[in-house]
Amino acid sequence: MATEDNEVEDHRPLVLIHHLPSFKLPLQDRLITHFRLFDSLASPEASSVRALICVGPTPVTADNLDHLPSLRLVVGSSAGLDHVDLAECRRRGISVTNSGDAYSENVADYAVALLLDVLRRVSAADRFVRSGLWPQMGEYPLGCKLGGKRIGIVGLGSIGSEVAKRLVAFGCTVAYNSRNKKPSVLYPYYANVHDLAVNSDVLIVCCALTNETHHIINKDVLTALGREGVIINVGRGALVDEKELVQFLVQGEIGGAGLDVFENEPNVPKELFALDNVVLSPHLAVSTPESFEALNELIIANLKAFFSNKPLLSPF
Amino acid sequence: MATKEERPQVLENREEPKEEGELPLVVVLRSKNFNLPLEDRLQSHFHLLDPNDSPDESTESFLSRHAHSARALLCVGLTPLTADTIGLLPSLELVVGSSAGVEHIDLHECRRRGIMVTSASAAFSEDAADYAVALLIDVLRRIAAADRFVRGRLWPVKGEHPLGFKLGGKRVGIVGLGNIGSQIAKRLVAFGCSIAYNSRKKKPSVPFPYYANVGDLAANSDVLIVSCALTEDTHHIINKDVMTALGKEGVIINVGRGPLVDEKELVQFLVRGEIGGAGLDVFENEPDVPKELFKLDNVVLSPHCAVVTLESFAALQDLVMANLKAFFSNKPLVSLVQNE
Repeated sequence: MATEDNEVEDHRPLVLIHHLPSFKLPLQDRLITHFRLFDSLASPEASSVRALICVGPTPVTADNLDHLPSLRLVVGSSAGLDHVDLAECRRRGISVTNSGDAYSENVADYAVALLLDVLRRVSAADRFVRSGLWPQMGEYPLGCKLGGKRIGIVGLGSIGSEVAKRLVAFGCTVAYNSRNKKPSVLYPYYANVHDLAVNSDVLIVCCALTNETHHIINKDVLTALGREGVIINVGRGALVDEKELVQFLVQGEIGGAGLDVFENEPNVPKELFALDNVVLSPHLAVSTPESFEALNELIIANLKAFFSNKPLLSPF
Repeated sequence: MATKEERPQVLENREEPKEEGELPLVVVLRSKNFNLPLEDRLQSHFHLLDPNDSPDESTESFLSRHAHSARALLCVGLTPLTADTIGLLPSLELVVGSSAGVEHIDLHECRRRGIMVTSASAAFSEDAADYAVALLIDVLRRIAAADRFVRGRLWPVKGEHPLGFKLGGKRVGIVGLGNIGSQIAKRLVAFGCSIAYNSRKKKPSVPFPYYANVGDLAANSDVLIVSCALTEDTHHIINKDVMTALGKEGVIINVGRGPLVDEKELVQFLVRGEIGGAGLDVFENEPDVPKELFKLDNVVLSPHCAVVTLESFAALQDLVMANLKAFFSNKPLVSLVQNE
């Protein structure tokens, strides 16, 4: 049990920071007050460590787990857990926590921002002005109003709900698809994404990436959404069949897209760079100092709960 | 002669068009190259007098000859309506504006003559509000900058990309809580912002805190959104003092008129990092935009298009028609500008 008193012996529990070389845990220094940290699977401490923090998309594989025989907890630091072998964790009795609500508002803000940007051409307008074209060309193309649009949310979890709440304030209508219908939710439910697409002007993808949701936005769904349709993806790149989406966009068979994630980050299909009805972003939907603070507090709280045998705050 | 086949396809118009001789006269004031698609719909209901139809003749001469008994005038876009022009229209009782603001219309002269003025801001308010919010999130979360970063092929180059800031919890000060300002407030509340405002007068039915002057509003805000009308009193309402009061992290969004902000000062503040950022749809001398802004990533620029959507133009047509029809049937006007 970690205590706040200054004692001669170090009672801080041991925690592994599991990270790919290019990924750093924000605010890691704050953890040192509470926990003893190390970051290599090759260290002798790997055999006794009971909890690890998984930084960003660093994979947690069966092989990793073989080196961590005492492990009982994986603390995720990202909104998604598709990089963690959840089946293997379950098999070994290892609990997993995710980022809970720490990111939901930020991602929802970002999804709405991308949608507004695509419909009202904000980034394109900014480019237009910065390139000095305004005095020459005068007129700027019409945008599309956001109010009245039918929004289809794919995945009505904590992020999807925050997105819905915001868009209702703009005068949009909301419908959704989820693994299961949610009885307490008043928005119309569609059991499959195709039907949701048929009845929507915009699809916002906020669901988790699993085997079932891989390429959940496919050619069929894009066709159903229609020529004026807009896709916003703040989930994972692989939720969308990117090759198909690029074709649809290039051929003008869909209205536009706002994309924060891609199938093969940081590579972005170059065909998109020429399009004004697309807004591109380098996987930043969660990233603000405020959300990193919130995440840090959540990580500490989950670890403290674990080490005191109390219920975890954001179990997956 | 308005016949059945000339009747517009819009189904709401159920009245029988009158013979042309009976159609009310409406003067149309527009600059030559400004073509709003309003005129087709209007022609079935009104006899339009447009000086541009007589290009060899001056406006003064045209109006003197034809518009003596015209009771209504449609002001298209931002074409100025001066006291001189008003002077040529002795029967004028109504000016119908077709833009969000009315500062290009000589309101003093209208008041003096007892001429009513309607504005079109209600047709545009939702789109303007959407755009103000879009600019704000774009500045805070650096969306246009991120898009530039990706399009510039910088992402694979693993650079540190500066973080944006969360919108929720920000204290937003709205300068001018009219149609547009209220719509902005409604949206930002859903994002978890707190709202305060400044207006000519406190509005008793509004739940948000009121500040009698913009400096105090700025001192208590993280963001200022300028959505008020441009008048003599509001020229440069956002000045050096206000920007200083707003502070180094402060963000200014202007979807009103360029001269509401002291642009020279704002540019200095931005260039020196003495203010957090800005989203600007309007400028003091459009289409000229201070070039110093082009290098800044905490600024989002746009070519005066906050109201420009298909839907708002359709709403504009409806509103103009509604005001004119109401006037000629002696019914209350839909969007009368109240003179205080």
